[in-house]
Amino acid sequence: MPPPMEPLLSVSGLTMDFGGIRALDHLDLQVRQGEIVALIGPNGAGKTTFFNCLTGIYPPTSGELILTPVGLPSRRLNGLKPNRITEQGLARTFQNIRLFANMTVLENVMIGRHCRTRAEVLGAIFRPPQTVREERAIVETSRALLEKLGLTALADEFAGNLPYGAQRRLEIARALATEPFLLLLDEPAAGMNPQETRELNHLILTIREEGLSILLIEHDMQLVMSLSDHIFVMNYGRKIADGRPEEVRNNPLVIEAYLGEDPYA
Amino acid sequence: MSTLKDIRKAIGIGLWFMFLTFPLLVIKVNPVEKTVIWRWHTMFLVGVASFGVYLLSRIVLTRRDARQERIRLGQEQETTKSNLRFFTAPQFRLLLAGTGLLFVLVFPALFSTYQINIMITALMYVVLGLGLNIVVGVAGLLNLGYVAFYAVGAYTYALLHLHFCLGFWTVLPIGGLLGAVFGILLGFPILRLRGDYLAIVTLGFGEIIRLVLENWNEFSQGPSGIADIPRPGFFGIDMSLETAIIYLYYLMICMVIFTIFVVNRLQNSRIGRAWFALREDEIACQAMGIDKTRTKLTAFALGATWAGMAGVFFAAKTTFINPASFTFIESAIILCIVVLGGMGSIVGVIVGAFVLILVPEYLRVFADYRMLVFGAVLVVMMLLRPQGIVANVRRTYPQP
Repeated sequence: MPPPMEPLLSVSGLTMDFGGIRALDHLDLQVRQGEIVALIGPNGAGKTTFFNCLTGIYPPTSGELILTPVGLPSRRLNGLKPNRITEQGLARTFQNIRLFANMTVLENVMIGRHCRTRAEVLGAIFRPPQTVREERAIVETSRALLEKLGLTALADEFAGNLPYGAQRRLEIARALATEPFLLLLDEPAAGMNPQETRELNHLILTIREEGLSILLIEHDMQLVMSLSDHIFVMNYGRKIADGRPEEVRNNPLVIEAYLGEDPYA
Repeated sequence: MSTLKDIRKAIGIGLWFMFLTFPLLVIKVNPVEKTVIWRWHTMFLVGVASFGVYLLSRIVLTRRDARQERIRLGQEQETTKSNLRFFTAPQFRLLLAGTGLLFVLVFPALFSTYQINIMITALMYVVLGLGLNIVVGVAGLLNLGYVAFYAVGAYTYALLHLHFCLGFWTVLPIGGLLGAVFGILLGFPILRLRGDYLAIVTLGFGEIIRLVLENWNEFSQGPSGIADIPRPGFFGIDMSLETAIIYLYYLMICMVIFTIFVVNRLQNSRIGRAWFALREDEIACQAMGIDKTRTKLTAFALGATWAGMAGVFFAAKTTFINPASFTFIESAIILCIVVLGGMGSIVGVIVGAFVLILVPEYLRVFADYRMLVFGAVLVVMMLLRPQGIVANVRRTYPQP
């Protein structure tokens, strides 16, 4: 019998204090290789704070963040700077879109290749053959990603001029360009129409098929229920439930968190 | 139509300008004869001129807004592209570059030493502008103390020559290197700062360098400065003053070309893209795996390198330097060059440098009012074209 596989991402006892306010309270969460995991909860539950801790934007007060890619040794993520965490294989999108608005769509994706390439100042000035090759590879990889996300026609537009749905897709393309093991999506369907949401659903499944694992924050319950292998529910910085979609759907604690306490109970 | 409102406002503006310029343009005190001359007619002229200029700018702006609106609604096609086709054609560019190069090469033969000197100054500011452009225009880090690195370069040459008799060519790379070192020294403590705070700290840094140079007599000879700095040599050949200036002119041209080459390559590289991205959004940048610290420091260091080298050139040109050459107004002018020319655009910065250095020079016919006219030109420019003379165009990559 093979030994039980380490989860790709293992979060244990994650706590985040802002002054006297405890935004995250001993949170435990696991994402297994190839899983789509959803993190849900009412507004202000601490979901985005959790993402920010995970990606190094906030240094967590305590707790352990361990990433174990298949076939590679485990690595501890807490205390690393955001760019180092991205290098370890964690990429994210933002709830309030944070594209480089005055750069072209292609350039936005090319920025994602930054941490996988190495040309420095001298290379930029003298352009030795390896830098030329590297630049060409960056453009090619980025174009391929745009193709995959259906953004090829918009490659030379300014990212800020894109329609909303396309901006969300560009954020995903940019995150994929960093070659992550785990993709973190912060409300990817927010503001999308039903058609765009269906396309997103399909896209996320395609990304999973390519061997990536996905952790998403989302309010669109239909999307969450149809996509997720596992759901974690948060409220007031704590995990209040987790399990398969149908388990979570019927959990009284979850219903209470979303609909409020039943006054007649 | 809001014409009536515009006219009312224009009258107000006219009166306001009459009031503002009253002490400057109307009262003329003659201290010798102890009389005061009241020049009321200039007040009238100022009123009429500001009234006219304001009304004109309103009309231009309204028409542009209306056109933008029509384009947005799809009633009118954007025509700028076809209008500009001639100017963007490769043949035209080649022609322009050829004429420019020819003019640059024969310039010293056509004009007097005075004109060549002005041109050398303008070229120096082109280099300074391109250097600051890396920091402010590309990486978006507002640096108000850029002149400090310029001073570092100039004093490097002056002091190394004074104490060790080092020549121009030896010091040029040292000046650049020391500029970079000071850039990193300034860069480290301010990595966390942004926007206004960054501006204040860099402003302070610029003043610190100048005050140190002014007060540390044993080191820099204080306000009396350092004299007898040699001009650049050419294999030890003795040159007359005129030849030396022409030689310096050609050196400056080479320096400008070198700077353009390097800055252009930097902007179209992995590092350059990271700088642009840093200007756009720091958090997203880090989330994309860009090392913020390192990227900011390289921007600061490279910007300062060019200021350092320009400083060495400055010392060699004037042969005398003192701290008074490195006041805040220099930083402000270099910043104006970048903003007026167009942030992040190399051609823009070059044009901006020529406009900002040559215009005040040739406005000398206006005598006392040249700075007033200069200021007015800046204000009008920023109102009508806030993106700068030449707006930055993002590079596109051809389809494979």
